[in-house]
Amino acid sequence: MELIMSLAVGILFMVGVYLILSKNLLRIILGTSLLTHGVHLLLLTMARLKNGAAPLLGENASSYVDPVPQALILTSIVISFGVTSFFLVLAYKVYQKLGTDDMEELRGEEDE
Amino acid sequence: MSLLHAVIMAPFLIAAFIPLLRKKNMSRIHPGWFVLWLPVLLFLYFLSHIPAVNEVKSYSAAMLWMPSLDVDFSFYLDGLALLFALLITGMGALVVLYSIYYMDKDKEAVHRFYVFLFLFMGAMLGVVISDNLMVLYGFWELTSISSFLLISFWHMREEARYGALKSMLITVFGGLAMLTGFLMLYVMTGTFSIRGIIVQHGVVFDHPLFVPALVLVLLGAFTKSAQFPFHIWLPDAMEAPTPVSAYLHSATMVKAGIYLVARLTPVFGANGTWFWLLSAVGLFTMIFASFRAIKQHDLKGMLAFSTISQLGLIMSLLGVGSAGGAVAGNSMLYTAATTAAIFHIINHAIFKGSLFMVVGIVDHETGTRDIRRLGGLMSLMPITFTIAVIGAFSMAGIPPFNGFLSKEMFFTGMLNVWSLDIWNVQTFRILFPIIAWIGSVFTFGYSMVLVFKTFTGKFKPDQLEKKPHEAPLGMLISPVILVALAVTIGLYPNFLSHTLIAPAVAAVHPGLLAAGEHFEVHISMWHGWTPEVFMTLGVIVAGVLLYVGYGKFRSIRETWERSFTLNRVYDLGLSGMERSSRRLTDRYMNGSVRRYLMYIFVFLIASLGGTMIATQSFSLNMENYSSVTLYEMVIVAVLAISALSVPFASARIPAIIMTGAVGYMVTLLFVIFRAPDLALTQMIVETVSVTLFLLCFYHLPKLKKEKNSQRFQLTRLMISLGVGVMMTLIALSAGGVKPFASIADYFLDNSYELGGGNNVVNVILVDFRGFDTMLEITVLGIAALSIFSMIRLSLASDHLGVKL
Repeated sequence: MELIMSLAVGILFMVGVYLILSKNLLRIILGTSLLTHGVHLLLLTMARLKNGAAPLLGENASSYVDPVPQALILTSIVISFGVTSFFLVLAYKVYQKLGTDDMEELRGEEDE
Repeated sequence: MSLLHAVIMAPFLIAAFIPLLRKKNMSRIHPGWFVLWLPVLLFLYFLSHIPAVNEVKSYSAAMLWMPSLDVDFSFYLDGLALLFALLITGMGALVVLYSIYYMDKDKEAVHRFYVFLFLFMGAMLGVVISDNLMVLYGFWELTSISSFLLISFWHMREEARYGALKSMLITVFGGLAMLTGFLMLYVMTGTFSIRGIIVQHGVVFDHPLFVPALVLVLLGAFTKSAQFPFHIWLPDAMEAPTPVSAYLHSATMVKAGIYLVARLTPVFGANGTWFWLLSAVGLFTMIFASFRAIKQHDLKGMLAFSTISQLGLIMSLLGVGSAGGAVAGNSMLYTAATTAAIFHIINHAIFKGSLFMVVGIVDHETGTRDIRRLGGLMSLMPITFTIAVIGAFSMAGIPPFNGFLSKEMFFTGMLNVWSLDIWNVQTFRILFPIIAWIGSVFTFGYSMVLVFKTFTGKFKPDQLEKKPHEAPLGMLISPVILVALAVTIGLYPNFLSHTLIAPAVAAVHPGLLAAGEHFEVHISMWHGWTPEVFMTLGVIVAGVLLYVGYGKFRSIRETWERSFTLNRVYDLGLSGMERSSRRLTDRYMNGSVRRYLMYIFVFLIASLGGTMIATQSFSLNMENYSSVTLYEMVIVAVLAISALSVPFASARIPAIIMTGAVGYMVTLLFVIFRAPDLALTQMIVETVSVTLFLLCFYHLPKLKKEKNSQRFQLTRLMISLGVGVMMTLIALSAGGVKPFASIADYFLDNSYELGGGNNVVNVILVDFRGFDTMLEITVLGIAALSIFSMIRLSLASDHLGVKL
């Protein structure tokens, strides 16, 4: 399973980077969100998949999955949500103010 | 802290108090009078040390500064330092006196002038008296900075700023090279003390860093003392007020390099590289600059090139003199050159100082320094003319003035090279006296041009801005004192030889003297029909011919000059460096975020991939992998397909939906991998995100089809593929290795006992690692606040006139 998950992570990174390198602001934000998914899955995969019960002690199982990466991912999800929503509103304002969402047209002045 | 420390600090203290003079109502008295006493007092102080230095050879004082770094304010006064200290304070007093009459207190910022001048005087005293190389370097750079300030004193003028910048760049370049040399000396000997290094000169001599250190230190000395090809800053430094030119650029600062060479001769001398660099560069500078000096129309430019030439002369003498340490037996034959160098340092300061002051007077009284507009001033300015004649004849080396004596000694030194039989000198030995002789002929030529084109010939009143008349008495005091010294030294040179010259030579060649012995220096005007006398006669004859043929000579020279100058090399080099760095920056910083992201990703791929290849760390260890079910396969396949289809979506809504699908597939994976809290959170967050996306972009126009060039598209694909492959490889390699047991067992064991909860993930989040959660809440709060303020506040819209 880890092999397949690693491949999935690779695909997510690839598409994310491809989108980040685009001109369009929306695509860039979608790219960062795909990258975030890739990172979360990578964190989970690195801790070994599926050799125990969910980390709820009431289960009384003989072994549980690693709870530490889950805590890390949970923190990360919330943070990336905050950043993404900020970024989204920023992009929205940029479009409203400047009338474009093309990164190449958003270049600064010469000789800044 | 001793009196010597107080002496060094005094000019700095005075410099700090000079601006206060301005506050009080002293506008009727020139502020120069309030500071004149200091250099006089210092001069007397240093004079009083002559007997002491003669007896015990040095007089030292130490004060700790940074003992852990081996840097302390240790000063010592031996013959060489005393000679320079007397020059600095003596010339300083005369220049301050002269400047009182030269600088108009109502029209000029004289307070600033004296602050800079005293800053310079203190720094220069620090250079010559310091025993610690780091302190010497500090004072050395302070002379560069104060010289920069003084050259650009009339900062409204562009030439002054150009000259100041040029001198700063060149001398600081040399200063930094010298610092490196000093650090190498420290590496070799473990001390910054010059005396400590001289004691260990045997260690230094055999060290592999010897030649690099030697070259770097000489680079510092050559830039400061305006040796070829670093001489180009000195003519441009003539934009400074004339007292500054007289003081800094003839008598003191440009001799700092000379001082350094003389001071470090006991360390580096007696070596072929040292000998050749000093004598070759010195002689070439001498002949080159004396040749260039005749070309000048500007009197100060002529004096600048003359200074360069004389400094070259002194450098070459020090080079030849250093051979005295290498030959056994008749070393005195070569140390005669050192004696000549020391003697010429004094003489040059005297006659060049007086000549600069003369030029200042001519400038002040006629309004021009251009030799083509001057002439026939002899009868109008008789005293100035007399001073100029004595100064220039001394410079040309005509008896009975002091320059004659040192010129004779210069020839003696160069002729003595004939008998030197080390370092392949025999091959070139004929060149030494010949170059010296030709250089002297040109020196004679420009000295005559300087005096006779200015003071004799036809008077051209229509070309002058002012009606010329004799200078005020106060302005004449300093140059009169100097030429009086020139005559006195010329007639009675030996009052200097035991008091100043012999101890200075002893300081340059400490190893050649037995205890209690003194260098016997005897200078006399006449010692029979020696070759030097014939050389001098030849110089006079050829020099007169040169002066007579001056007009015809000029046109040949000018065509030759126009073709190539070092100034053009400097200017083109500077602008070329600016242009090329500008072009380079423009090239890679083109303002496109995509371009910068590409740099980042390419670097990421290269560094990670390079490391993986270099350490051969890719490994695939599949034995612990968990099994795969069809259900999971389907989820991952959907995830991959929806992710891959995002770039192909040409409209906005499908792209957002596809990304949302990826998010929900991740939620399902969290379910499968036994992470219920993650699945819950991911589902909510994904839902809210997709809603936000849709809300935000509802009003925006449709996604345009991106038009990217074929080449860009390919690079983009390669980069993203590279990143994806890199991440997969790293994930696979890292997954196979698990060197340590996880800390998870601790959390699982203690979650209930210590945290009181069964949900281990939640206990970790709020109990074991509660800080993370607190800060994550802060992040969310900050994001919410900034979104709110971004929407509500729109200050800039008022300026842009855009209504939101």
